Amino acid sequence: MSEIAPALRLRRRFGNIALQLALVVVVGALAYAAARNAAANLANAHIAVGFGFWNNTAGFDISQTLIAYSAATSTFGRAFWVGLVNTLLVAGLGIVLATVLGFTVGLLRLSRNWLVARLAGLYVELIRNVPLLLQLLFWYNAVLKALPELSGSVALPGGGLLNNRGLFLPRPEFAASFRYVLIAFGVGAAAALVLRAWARRRQDRTGRQTPILWPALGLIVGLPLGLALVLALLTDIPVRFSYPQIGRFNVMGGIEILPEFAALLLALTVYTAAFIAEVVRAGVLAVPPGQTEAAQALGLRAGLTLRLVVVPQAMRVIVPPLTSQYLNLTKNSSLAVAIGYPDLVQVFAGSVLNITGQAVEVIAITMAVYLFISLVTSLLMNLYGRAIAAVER
Amino acid sequence: MAALSDSADLRTAPAAVEPPPPARAGLRGWLFANLLSSPGNVALTLICLAFFAWAAPPLLRFFVIDAVWSGPDRQACLAAPANPMPGACWAFVRVWLNYFVYGFYPAGERWRVDVFFAGLAFGIAWLAWLNAPRRDLGALYVFVALPILSYVLLSGAPIIGLAAVPTSLWGGILVTIVVASVGIVVSLPLGVVLALGRRSDLPAVKFLAVTFIEIVRGVPLITVLFMASVMLPLFVPERLEPDKLVRALIGVALFASAYMAEVVRGGLNAVPRGQYEAAQALGLTYWRIMALVILPQALRATLPNIVNTFIGLFKDTTLVFIVGIFDFLRTIEAARADPHWATPVTSVTGYAFAALFYFFCCYGMSRYASNVEARLHRADRR
Repeated sequence: MSEIAPALRLRRRFGNIALQLALVVVVGALAYAAARNAAANLANAHIAVGFGFWNNTAGFDISQTLIAYSAATSTFGRAFWVGLVNTLLVAGLGIVLATVLGFTVGLLRLSRNWLVARLAGLYVELIRNVPLLLQLLFWYNAVLKALPELSGSVALPGGGLLNNRGLFLPRPEFAASFRYVLIAFGVGAAAALVLRAWARRRQDRTGRQTPILWPALGLIVGLPLGLALVLALLTDIPVRFSYPQIGRFNVMGGIEILPEFAALLLALTVYTAAFIAEVVRAGVLAVPPGQTEAAQALGLRAGLTLRLVVVPQAMRVIVPPLTSQYLNLTKNSSLAVAIGYPDLVQVFAGSVLNITGQAVEVIAITMAVYLFISLVTSLLMNLYGRAIAAVER
Repeated sequence: MAALSDSADLRTAPAAVEPPPPARAGLRGWLFANLLSSPGNVALTLICLAFFAWAAPPLLRFFVIDAVWSGPDRQACLAAPANPMPGACWAFVRVWLNYFVYGFYPAGERWRVDVFFAGLAFGIAWLAWLNAPRRDLGALYVFVALPILSYVLLSGAPIIGLAAVPTSLWGGILVTIVVASVGIVVSLPLGVVLALGRRSDLPAVKFLAVTFIEIVRGVPLITVLFMASVMLPLFVPERLEPDKLVRALIGVALFASAYMAEVVRGGLNAVPRGQYEAAQALGLTYWRIMALVILPQALRATLPNIVNTFIGLFKDTTLVFIVGIFDFLRTIEAARADPHWATPVTSVTGYAFAALFYFFCCYGMSRYASNVEARLHRADRR
């Protein structure tokens, strides 16, 4: 590069700057024209501009509200938060369930049993190649809406009810003594952590291992459970369940799970699990067979080989694509609008937009929320990726 | 050598060829290796067989044996003494099939849609067959000639005697294919431009490209479609307000471009630095380096990923349903609600038909992608 004559270099530099200036001017002019047109069109249609609508009364009902909300008094801003919480609920649960199902299917696909591997492969190919929206409509319209009517509700073991209005589960009601159970749980979990730290130090110092799984489980689960039993015998039962009953027009009591929620959760889980299964399979296959053979040569048992050698290396390959699957699931939860589950898009970019007509503000806020979730997740995952990255010599 | 052959330990004649141990060879060996190698494995095999025995017969009965293949209306698909448990109502699909393919496209003009399908199939075959002659002409045909001809053909040109057909009459598989084709035809070139922008040394170019790509990739397609269908009309003067289908097409094309840009960038990264340096040493300008040396290699290396992105795009076309476009899935939904065909099995049949269509297209494309990938691997190993 240093051989280029100064005059030529100057000309190239000038050309580059001119090109960029031209690009910026064109983009700026387009944005300016769009803004001007938008202002004129909005003024013609008598639509307000700005975020003033945020504190106006919403006046529409939402079918699932995890935080307090009423059509008569709550604001559009409140509706936004209700929608966001619903989105986070279905995305969070979906991520957990899809991870469990996806890892299971992905590992089954690697099974040495030919039939099992083929069956898992069939699941992956079938689900991956059919659009999510179609699957969602199938679950909602063809499965959940085809369930029996109220009077013919299916009674589930454990006191639940299932009909075409949703799934109704027993609602736990906590007595005052339940807080002791909670305290016991906290103490048990802390003790388990201390035990683990002690066992690690002991192994580092002496090389001797301490069994930790069962004592820890006993502390975390057994302690609160035992206390609950004692409390039940001595004073009052800490948790009672109120069971759903079939009323004349609706189901009374219990926790109601909307069919829209169930369909969306089911579709997101089943669909994303197929992609996660592929991610897991690729990750495990990326660990060279020599690693397993070396671990076996060192005398590690199969379980330990998996836990100490294969999984940590596979996770390095799995984590980045797994993150993008989680983000996809979160973004795909916006398909809720097709079946009327009140997620962020349905409540805010649907109802609020239709009532206020303030498309620019509403869409911008909606996009910003998803963008924020994406960026924060990517950031966290990059940190995690750096933490587990291989330390090269 | 002589000393060796004198040794009594050595064979002088080749040993007789023995068959492999029975536990390893033939069907029996395969069974023992793959299905019955341990008690746990046997249990898994039994569970799988039980699952097949439980799931396969009802599915087969529903979709084939008890299915109703023809009939004038819902009566054919309702439970009757002759068929107490009717299966899938394929008669419904047969009656509505034209609607599923063409939407409300006028019956007398449907040959135009057929010609479009044929022209598209020809172009795809030309580009997909890696050994086809003159693939550069094929690219010109698919990315320039075909879009213009198809537009004239489908929306009509009264000057040459083709009646105008407004896009509100388009529907079904036609719209699905149009959305997907416009998506790929726009997103590939735009994706290349964005990917080059993202790798550019010029800060303003790079900033704009990165911002666009990251914003679009960070939001759901539905919000982009809402934006295109609700905000786009605000951004242009009222007399230029685009047609509903065009708005959705713009949304899909922009969305696909951002994903395509990342795929192309992956391909660009796979081209060794030496290729740039060699091209520079030959005195080529930036655009000639890209067009003649880098992009041909990059696009070839990333072809499987391009196809996979296209599969995603093809599935995502169903989302235009939500902004009120009559794509294939929407026509299924509309037909499903027809009271003349209201039976307990209509919905399942409609969805099964749609699933078959999408599965057939997407699985075909993914097989193609993995074939190309295998071929590229073979070429690399040489």
